[in-house]
Amino acid sequence: MQDYHLQKNVVAKILAEHESMPGNLLPVLHGIQDALGYIPTEAVADIADALNQSIAEIHGVISFYHYFRQTPPGKNTIRVCRAESCQAMNGKTLEEHAKKQLNVDWHGTSADGEFSLEPVFCLGNCACSPSMTVNNEVYGRVTPERFDEIIANYRGAVE
Amino acid sequence: MTRVFISRDSTVLSLGANQVASALQQACESGGLNVEIVRNGSRGLFWLEPLVEVETTAGRVAYGPVQSQDIPALLEAGMLEGKEHPLYLGNIEELPYFKDQNRLTFARVGITDPVSLDDYLAHEGYRGLRNALDMSPQDIVQQVTDSGLRGRGGAAFPTGIKWNTVLNAPAEQKYIVCNADEGDSGTFSDRMVMEGDPFVLIEGMTIAGLAVGATQGYIYLRVEYPHAGAALNEAIEKAYANGYLGDDILGSGKSFHLEVRLGAGAYICGEETSLLESLEGKRGLVRFKPPLPAIVGLFGKPTIVNNVISLASVPIILDKGGEYYRDYGMGRSRGTLPLQLAGNIKYPGLFEAAFGLTLREILYDYGGGSASGRPIRAVQVGGPLGAYVPESQFDTPLDYEAFSAISAVVGHGGIVVHDDTVDMAEMARYAMEFCVEESCGKCTPCRIGSTRGVEVIDRIVEGRQKDMNTQLLRDLCDTMINGSLCAMGGMTPFPVLSALNHFPEDFGLDKASDAA
Ligand SMILES: Cc1cc2nc3c(=O)[nH]c(=O)nc-3n(C[C@H](O)[C@H](O)[C@H](O)COP(=O)(O)O)c2cc1C
Ligand code: SF4
Ligand code: FES
Repeated sequence: MQDYHLQKNVVAKILAEHESMPGNLLPVLHGIQDALGYIPTEAVADIADALNQSIAEIHGVISFYHYFRQTPPGKNTIRVCRAESCQAMNGKTLEEHAKKQLNVDWHGTSADGEFSLEPVFCLGNCACSPSMTVNNEVYGRVTPERFDEIIANYRGAVE
Repeated sequence: MTRVFISRDSTVLSLGANQVASALQQACESGGLNVEIVRNGSRGLFWLEPLVEVETTAGRVAYGPVQSQDIPALLEAGMLEGKEHPLYLGNIEELPYFKDQNRLTFARVGITDPVSLDDYLAHEGYRGLRNALDMSPQDIVQQVTDSGLRGRGGAAFPTGIKWNTVLNAPAEQKYIVCNADEGDSGTFSDRMVMEGDPFVLIEGMTIAGLAVGATQGYIYLRVEYPHAGAALNEAIEKAYANGYLGDDILGSGKSFHLEVRLGAGAYICGEETSLLESLEGKRGLVRFKPPLPAIVGLFGKPTIVNNVISLASVPIILDKGGEYYRDYGMGRSRGTLPLQLAGNIKYPGLFEAAFGLTLREILYDYGGGSASGRPIRAVQVGGPLGAYVPESQFDTPLDYEAFSAISAVVGHGGIVVHDDTVDMAEMARYAMEFCVEESCGKCTPCRIGSTRGVEVIDRIVEGRQKDMNTQLLRDLCDTMINGSLCAMGGMTPFPVLSALNHFPEDFGLDKASDAA
């Protein structure tokens, strides 16, 4: 886990940027997660303080939304669609394959820290089911073989 | 200079469109060919994507599906002059799938450069807004009422009535909120409009603002759609820079401001009151109605909440008149619906048609039957809360009332196809499980009922006290339908009961009760 002192400035800057925006909590949370990859527990107090809300309220919001996370993700985030259209095209096989290859369950991160696996309910790519994303890239008609190829490319990618 | 079109639509990107575009770019650079690559939306014929369309003297000529390794051979064959090649498709607009459509809302999608304001204006863009600027708010609302447009986001409520309520609600500040949460499986029409023609949504929202006196709009966009966000933000910026948004729209003295806000992966935030809570920075808990959002909406002010397609249909109504739009359709379902074919289907895609086609026509004439080549067994229409329709009901026309007569819904127009390998007890269980995951938790029938639903279905499938548990499942569904605060709990029983009634054998029950 990173030292919050280094992250605190980032959080403060994001809070300042959104100070006068009506309904700013979600944009603030997105800003923090975009910058840090997750919303550190320590940030919750800072957010609560800045928005004049209780820590419990902020925590309640973060935990309500599936997209926000409070632990650091792997280097890449894989989101596999579990919704009906993808199921109709063997999505279940893809789900099982992804878990097995990465040796994780949903919301887990592979032991090498490369990949986090998240379930998602529809990516709007249903015309080419089954679908998944890696970070912001969408992939359609994903067979287990294609999954392995895609993953290998990310694993090989030099930062 | 030859103009070549390769889509930037996410589904086309998911099939390798960027690789195709860069292969073409490189080949042209090294071959000294003078080519401009335009990244358009998609025409929605996804089995032919990535499509490469070339502007020639004889019109636009298409090739597809193209992969990057096909580019050298295509260029060799004379693609830039529109010459023959095994991937040659001719003019896409001549293919029956495209030709038989009524593209009103999607008139420009797949044709223009989505983020070019000039292209938008050259293709009849902003004519609706210009008309609206010369009209009284009452007259604008009247056109929308006359069009017969009903909300395309699911509940099919008449848009004109909703607007009229907001128009007549006195307030200093009013809001236009676009529901771009599109969480339903099998639906992607909102995404395609936002990625393929963002200006039409911006124009529709601006007209809505003029109609009811709202000066601020928000597009609540699901976080799963980053490409839509990018296209919208780019288009909004251009609209501001050119006086189509801001404090003095086209010198009229009227103002409208617009901003995109991101959701965070909660299906229930597509429900309008939950969406408003989320926009206000809270958990997306459903609000009791009344008061309606039209009276007490965002930040307590009168608010129009409309779906993307509803709002994107407004510019053509204001351009060509309410009657023009109303002349399409059947019964009380007027105008067109962008139908979305997904799942196990040979020709998946989007086509916009007037209401009234039957499911069978859609599945076989447009869709070409299943992708697997096996018989189609069940189709779910209208997203995860929509009923499963069996083959015996495939002759039902796409019409809100006709669907409601068979206890099904048209919803957002998404159609998900399953072949005969589907296990309908599993699909019913999934529907309950989805409700467990996505319930906002405010009321008991939905929150607890869905968990109990999963357990009871498991018991039926295991064969434990089948009859008693089937009765229990029906009672539970009844409680959810009648006791839930919103359609999440109130409609989850639709897929469950339709599966149970039409496909009892999958639950280990007698087939006889099919008629139930
Ligand atoms: C659980 C649930 C999810 C919904 N999701 C969406 C959605 O993603 N997009 C949408 O436009 N409407 C959705 N709706 C319908 C909205 O509540 C509302 O009826 C709609 O946004 C109104 O716009 P319209 O009149 O243009 O259809 C949903 C409703 C429920 C109950
Ligand atoms: S039915 Fe479900 S989602 Fe709707 S208000 Fe009740 S608990 Fe929330
Ligand atoms: S159902 Fe998987 S992308 Fe829509």
